[in-house]
Amino acid sequence: MSKDYKDNLPISANGFMDEFMRLKRGSVSRRHFLGITGLGLATAVMSRFPGALSTPAYAGEDLGTQMSIATWPNYHDPTTFENFKAATGVAVEVNVFGSNEEMLAKLQAGASGWSLFVPTNYTISTYHKLGLIDELDLSKIANFSQSTESPRFTKEGQIDGKTYALPKNWGTTGFSVNTSKIKAKPTSWKDFFELAQTEADGRAMVHDYQLTTIGSALVSLGYGFNSIKPEELAKAEELLIKVKPHLFAINSDYQPAMRATDAWMTMCWTNDGAQLNRDMPELAYILGTDGGEIWTDYYAIPKDAPNKAAGYALLNYLMDPANAVKEHIANGAPTTDSRVISLLPKEITSNKIVYPDEASLTPLEFGAAITLTDPGRAELMARFKSA
Amino acid sequence: MVTNQRTSRMALSPDTRKRLITAALVAPASAWLFVFLVLPFIAIVVFSFGERAPEGGYQAAFTFAQFANLGSRAAAFKNTLVLAPIGSFVCLLVAYPVAYYLAVKVSPQYRLLLVSLVVVPFWTSLLVRTYAWMYILGARGIPHLLEFVGIENVRLLNTPGAVLLGIVYGYLPLMIMPIYVSLEKLDRRLLEASADLGARPLSTFFGITLPLSLPGVMTGVALVTILLLGEYLIPQLLGGGKVFFIGNALVDLFLQSRNWPFGSAIAVTLVVVVVIVLLVAMRIAWRVAGARQVDLV
Repeated sequence: MSKDYKDNLPISANGFMDEFMRLKRGSVSRRHFLGITGLGLATAVMSRFPGALSTPAYAGEDLGTQMSIATWPNYHDPTTFENFKAATGVAVEVNVFGSNEEMLAKLQAGASGWSLFVPTNYTISTYHKLGLIDELDLSKIANFSQSTESPRFTKEGQIDGKTYALPKNWGTTGFSVNTSKIKAKPTSWKDFFELAQTEADGRAMVHDYQLTTIGSALVSLGYGFNSIKPEELAKAEELLIKVKPHLFAINSDYQPAMRATDAWMTMCWTNDGAQLNRDMPELAYILGTDGGEIWTDYYAIPKDAPNKAAGYALLNYLMDPANAVKEHIANGAPTTDSRVISLLPKEITSNKIVYPDEASLTPLEFGAAITLTDPGRAELMARFKSA
Repeated sequence: MVTNQRTSRMALSPDTRKRLITAALVAPASAWLFVFLVLPFIAIVVFSFGERAPEGGYQAAFTFAQFANLGSRAAAFKNTLVLAPIGSFVCLLVAYPVAYYLAVKVSPQYRLLLVSLVVVPFWTSLLVRTYAWMYILGARGIPHLLEFVGIENVRLLNTPGAVLLGIVYGYLPLMIMPIYVSLEKLDRRLLEASADLGARPLSTFFGITLPLSLPGVMTGVALVTILLLGEYLIPQLLGGGKVFFIGNALVDLFLQSRNWPFGSAIAVTLVVVVVIVLLVAMRIAWRVAGARQVDLV
C-alpha cells in the first residue's frame, strides 16, 4: 500500500524541495509551483476524503482518528504525516510556533490539545520542573535505538537518569559571511564583533534572541555562553551597546537580508546556513573557534496529552530511520542517529556545514535552562535594543 | 418590567420606546466592547500588580514593584513619545496640501475618484505594504538603481529615515481624510470676501482657510499620534529592530522574557498616556472650533 501510494505521488521529496527553493528565489510562479508539485490537488483531495487513505496497521491499541503536534516552521517532510495517516488512520494536525517561550506559555496555560511536541534542549528541565511532561515509556518506542544515538544528544533529554525526551535534529549557532563582500577571514566570535564595527560596518546582523546574541557576545570576550554572572554580563552589554550603531539589524529572520546582500554577515543557525550556502556559494558558514552554541530539538509528550497512544505511535514512526531520513532531507538539520546517517546521500553527509568536523564542535556549549529564564539577561537584551 | 411591557405594549410612551430602541441598537456594540475590551483590560490591571513566576508568566501578588520598575523602559517611552509627535507632524505636512488640493482645487468630476484613490491602499494589509517597502529600499531596490549612476553601497533600509518614510506612507490616508472633510465644508464666500477686502492669497490662507480647517487637523493629528504610540510593525521591519518603541518592549516582555506582570504595567501606563493625549487634543480641537463658531455668527 505505502509503495503504491509513493509511486502515485505527483513529485518526489527532492523534486519538491528543488521546486520550492526555485519558488523562494522567485524564478517560478506560485501557480506553476502548486501545479507541478501537485500541492493544490493534494490539498483538495486530502480535505475532501478524511480517512480515505487509512488502513490501520498498528493493531492492538486504539489510536483514535486525530492528534495534534506542536513544532517549528518548515521542520517536517509534508509527506510524513500523510504516510502516518495511511499507516495508522490517525490524522495529524500540525501547530507551528515561533519560539520556545510561546510553546511553553501555551502548554502552561493548559488544554493545548497536543499529543506530541518539539521542545529545544534548554527547555526540557523547565517542562519537567513545572510537571508538564511525563517520563517516556521506551517500550512503546521500539524504533528508538539507544546504541546508535550519540550520548551527547540523548543526555539532554534525560533528567536523573530518566528519559523525558528523544532527540529529533541538532545543529549549531555560527555565523554566515558573504565572502565576495568581506575580504577578512573571520574564524571566531571575537572576529565577528570586530568586523561588525569595521569592514562589515552597517552590514552585520545579530539575532533578536537573548540566548544567542548575549551568549555569542560573552563567548567573544572569553566567557561561557551560558554565563549569568553580573560582572561578565556587564562586559557583554558594554560590547553589544558599542557594536549596536554599526549593526544592520537585530532580527532573527536574516535570510532575506543576506540573499538581497543588504546584510553581509549574520548570526546563523545550521539549517539556514546550509540553505544560504546552497543557493549562494559565496555565503560561508563559520563556527566560532572560541565557542558558541550547539542545540538539539527533542520530541516529548505532554502530561495532559489527549491522545497519548497516537503520540507514542507517531513518535515511534518518526524514530524509524526510513522516516527520519526524509525529515532530515526536508529540513536540512543534522540527525543524532547513525542509522539515519547511513541512509543519507553523500552530498549531505559530506557537507561540512551540516556535519562539521568533531573538533570544531568541541568548544560549543548547549544552552542551559537558566540562560533562557534568567531575568538579568532579559533586561540586558531590552537595554541593548533600546540603547 | 418585562410583564409590564407585555401587558401594556400599546401603552408605551414615545419616550420609553425611543429609549428601548436606542438600547437595542447600542447593546451589541456594548456587549462586544465589554467582553473583548473591558474584561481583558481588567485582567491586565490585575496582572500589573502581580509578580513574574520563576519560569516566567504570572504569579498572584499585590505589589507596586512593576510600576516602580517603569524607569527601566524609559528609553522606549522616550523614543515613542518623540516619534509619535514628529511622525504625525511630518504626516501633516505631507497630507495638508493633498487634502487642500482635493477639497478646493480639483474639479468636482474627478474629486470622488481621487478621494477613493487615497483610500485604496487600505485594501491591502499594512504588513504586506511595509514588506514591499523593505524590497524597494533594500539592496536590490533603489540602491541597485543608484549603482547605475555610479553611487555605490547606499544603505536606505533599517535607518531612522526608512522608519519615518514607512510611518508617513502608512498613516497618510488617516491624516488626509479629516482635513479634507473640514476643508470641503469651508464657506467659499469667506475666501471671496477676504479677496475683496484686499487680502493676498497667502494671508487669506493663514487668516481663514487654515484656522477653519484646524478641527480636521487636530482630529488627524490625534488619530495618527495615538496609533503611533502603539506602533510596533514599522520600526521592526523598516528599522531592523534597532529602533525600540513601547510596542516592541511589550512584545519582548510577553513573548521573549515572559514577564507578564511588567508587560501589563507598561500596557496600563501606555493606555493612560493615550487617554491623556486624546483628552488634550480634543480640548484644543473643541476650543478652536468653538471660538471660530462664535466669530462666524
